[in-house]
Order: sequence, then structure tokens, then C-alpha cells
Amino acid sequence: MPDENLQSPEAIRVVELHKSFGTHHVLKGVSLTAHEGDVVAIIGGSGSGKSTMLRCINFLETPSSGSISVAGERVAMHPDGSPSDRRQLERIRQSLGMVFQSFNLWTHRTVLENLIEVPVHVMKCPRDEAIARARKLLARVGLAEKEGAYPAFMSGGQQQRAAIARALCMEPKAMLFDEPTSALDPELVGEVLQVIKGLADEGRTMILVTHEMKFAREVATHVIYLHNGLIEEQGSPEQLFGAPKSERLKQFLKTVA
Amino acid sequence: MIGGAVLASTLDLLALSPPGWGATLLSGLAKSVLIALGAFGLGLLIGTLGAYGKLYGGPLARDLLAIYTTIVRAVPELILILILYFAFTSSINTLLLSWGFERIQISGFAAGIAVLGVVQGAYATEVLRGAILSVPSGQIEAARAMGMPPLMLAWRVTLPQMLAAAIPGLANLWLIATKDTALLAVVGFAELTLVTRQAASTTKAFFTFFMAAGMLYLVISVFSTLLFARLETWARRGQVRPGTS
Ligand SMILES: Nc1ncnc2c1ncn2[C@@H]1O[C@H](COP(=O)(O)OP(=O)(O)O)[C@@H](O)[C@H]1O
Ligand SMILES: [Mg+2]
Repeated sequence: MPDENLQSPEAIRVVELHKSFGTHHVLKGVSLTAHEGDVVAIIGGSGSGKSTMLRCINFLETPSSGSISVAGERVAMHPDGSPSDRRQLERIRQSLGMVFQSFNLWTHRTVLENLIEVPVHVMKCPRDEAIARARKLLARVGLAEKEGAYPAFMSGGQQQRAAIARALCMEPKAMLFDEPTSALDPELVGEVLQVIKGLADEGRTMILVTHEMKFAREVATHVIYLHNGLIEEQGSPEQLFGAPKSERLKQFLKTVA
Repeated sequence: MIGGAVLASTLDLLALSPPGWGATLLSGLAKSVLIALGAFGLGLLIGTLGAYGKLYGGPLARDLLAIYTTIVRAVPELILILILYFAFTSSINTLLLSWGFERIQISGFAAGIAVLGVVQGAYATEVLRGAILSVPSGQIEAARAMGMPPLMLAWRVTLPQMLAAAIPGLANLWLIATKDTALLAVVGFAELTLVTRQAASTTKAFFTFFMAAGMLYLVISVFSTLLFARLETWARRGQVRPGTS
């Protein structure tokens, strides 16, 4: 562990998070701290609670207990875990760019309209400013020519790159990725990973749920292995992938290799 | 020669200026269309609230809405119109009297819109409920994840997304609304069907007038179908049509 004083400010902190769906106890007390510039990769078997954990950070799922803080600000919760301050939550959500497995671009809007939707209508950014920013981002993810296209007419890789640009267009403090390449044909995975790699290289704070172990090893600053709703093991990518301690993680790494 | 005479007398009967009945028919048509528009609009409003109530409301709201849609869809419209019209007018008057006001004559126009609107609302509730359910959850989740407030989300994401699924059903409802205005004839409202009957019985030219009225209804129907088709194309603008990819 490096000297605490040298670390950059805290971006996301999850403390003792529990989540049950009815009687199904999915997360059994997980904690995580990401400082600015960290890339935290969450790995684990299917059903281990990776998506649920990520979705609790922006309250797409309501935690059953525990706490979430973003940039030092704790999300206000009722005793049952539901958010108690809608405006605060909306503001915090705007600072977290979420990228979904299934892209979720709005199909009734063009790519450019998708990018400027929230900046213009929710964050009240001047339209021409938002458009200028959106065009830069589209150029960056290699979609400059696609701004007028409707999402359904693009490949999965293009859609996911547009979805990443849409999240970036809010100028978020951190990015949350939920298996961003799992719905893609194998030949389209590379182009999306390359965009995410670029974001990691420029020091963006990210939490990334992924099945791409090679990629996680390459970009992560910290890796969390989730098993059955608990953090079974965590550490640097070298530690986790190079010298896993727990039997379960060793087993898991064998099955995904 | 006889054909020419028949044609001439038909044109006389339908002439715009009296003794022709054309102007009367057209004003009946205008009233029918206005009532249909009002009832359709009211139905959309009730339907939107009803759909959201059925999907996200509490148990009481759901039960009340279930009773409403079940009854309205089960009972013949003619009977509903008679019940609602007389219940509506008499309950308003009862209220007015109990508050110490004079009894009023309720305009057939307002009553017509209210009554047909309540009927339309029940069907619209179901059409819109289905359409809202057809919106992929990811579309809504993306907006929530980006901090979009609920009302804006309903207006800018759910509504445009459900439109394509709702339009065929709503187009049907609109056509039903235009034709249901004819049922208001039973409560003495001078819409197209009633004035047609008056014209026909006065002149004894039944065939001429009922054909004319039928043509007018047909024109409305064809015109609206074209309009709804364009609307649907627009609503589907971002969708890949089956078979094109
Ligand atoms: N909305 C939900 N309702 C009920 N159970 C759920 C829901 N979402 C996830 N689960 C359950 O929670 C567990 C963890 O799911 P998830 O977080 O999606 O796992 P992962 O992303 O690691 O594959 C699974 O058993 C799943 O069935
Ligand atoms: Mg998952």
C-alpha cells in the first residue's frame, strides 16, 4: 500500500454493501474504494453479483444496506436503502458515466442526439457547446461520420463506442462499465477495448466489470475477485493474475483462460 | 334523360344553400369531427393516466382502473352513452341544486365529449399500457443512470419509444371515436347522423342522404388513415424494418 497522503482524492467509496432480491442475498457486505485515476476491475463467475454491485453504485439497484459515496459525498438513503434525495442522486448520476452490456442507446435518436440529450436537457449546457463536445468525442471513438445515423443501423461495436461517447459527453468524474464487450461478436471486441484502454491511459477513474482477463490485467490498477457476493481476493493485477492465493480464484482463472 | 334529372335533383338536395341540405350536413360533420377530436383527446389523457396508474399505481388505483376498463369494455357503447349521458347531466344538476344554483341545460357538445371520452379512455388505457410495456427496459435505465428526472424521462424517452407500438391501436380508437359520435344521435345531439336522418325524412330522399353521409364518414376515415400511417413512419424512424437487414 502506498502512503495514503500521496494518493489522489477519493472518487468512489462503497462500504459494507448488502443487496437482497427478496430472500436471495446477492451481495453480502462488499467494500471498495477507488481514488481518482484508479481503474478497478471486478471479475468473478456468472451470478457472483458483479453487475449488482456496479448497479448499486448509481442506485440502478437499491442497496439493502451499506453506503455509497462519490467524490466524498455520501448518497442520502432511507433506512431501507432507497435514495432519500432525488436531486442529489440525479446530480451524482450525472457524474458517473455508465456503459451497459447491451449499449442501450436511445433508438429514436441519432447518435449525435444521443450524446447531447442529457448535457442539453438535463444539465442545461448550451446546445452548440454540447454539439461541439459531442463531435470531438465521436471523432475520438472513430464515429465522426456516424453522427446522423440511428443506432439500430450500426454494428454492435459502433453502438458501444457511441454509448461510451454518450457517457463521456456528460463529463463524468468516473466511468462504470458492465461487461461492455460481452454482447459483441468477437471481431468487434477489439475496437471497443481500444477505446476503453485509451480512457485508462489518460487517467480516467473507472470501475470495470469484465470477462476479458487479459484486458483487465493490462489496464487495471486494482482487481477484485467476487465470489458468491463476497470479495474473495483483491490486489494488484500482478498479484491476482500472477500469484492468486485462494483456490477458488485459481480455479476461476483456469476456467476463463 | 331520366338519369340527368335524378342527378340534377340529387345535386339540388345536396346544394349548400337552402333548400339544399348540404350546409346542414357539413355542419353536422364539423360537429361530429370536433366531438371525436375532443373525445379522442380526453381519452388519451385518461388513457395515459390510466396506463401509468395500472402499471405503477397502488393497489387501490389498480383495482379502480380494472373496474373502469372492464365495465366500459363489456357494456355496449350505446347503453353506456345513455347511462353516462343521463347520469352525467343529472348528477351535475343535483350538485348544482344542492349548492343552491339553478338547474342548467348541459350542452350536448360538452356531454358528448365527456361521455365518448370516458369510453375512449378505457380502451386507450389498455393500448397505452401495452405500449409502455413494449419499451425495452434498457432504454429507460440508460436515462435513469444519467440522472434524467422522472417526468422528463416519461416525456423524452418512454413516450417517443412507445409511440410506434401505440399508433396502430390509437388509430383504431380514433376511427371508433368518429363513428361513435353517431351514437349521440340517441340523445338528440345534431351531429352528422342525426341531421342526415332529418334531411332524409323531410325530403324522403333516404338513399341520397345516407349515401352522402356514408361518403363523408369514409372521407374522414381515409384521410385519418393516411395521417396515422405517416405518423407511424415517423415514430419508427430509428427502427430497422424486418427484412431490410
Ligand atoms: N432484478 C433482479 N431480481 C432478482 N434477482 C436478481 C436481479 N438481478 C440479479 N439477480 C440475481 O442476483 C445474482 C447476481 O446477479 P448479477 O449481479 O447480475 O451477477 P453477475 O453480473 O456477476 O453475473 C444472480 O443470482 C441473479 O439471478
Ligand atoms: Mg452481469
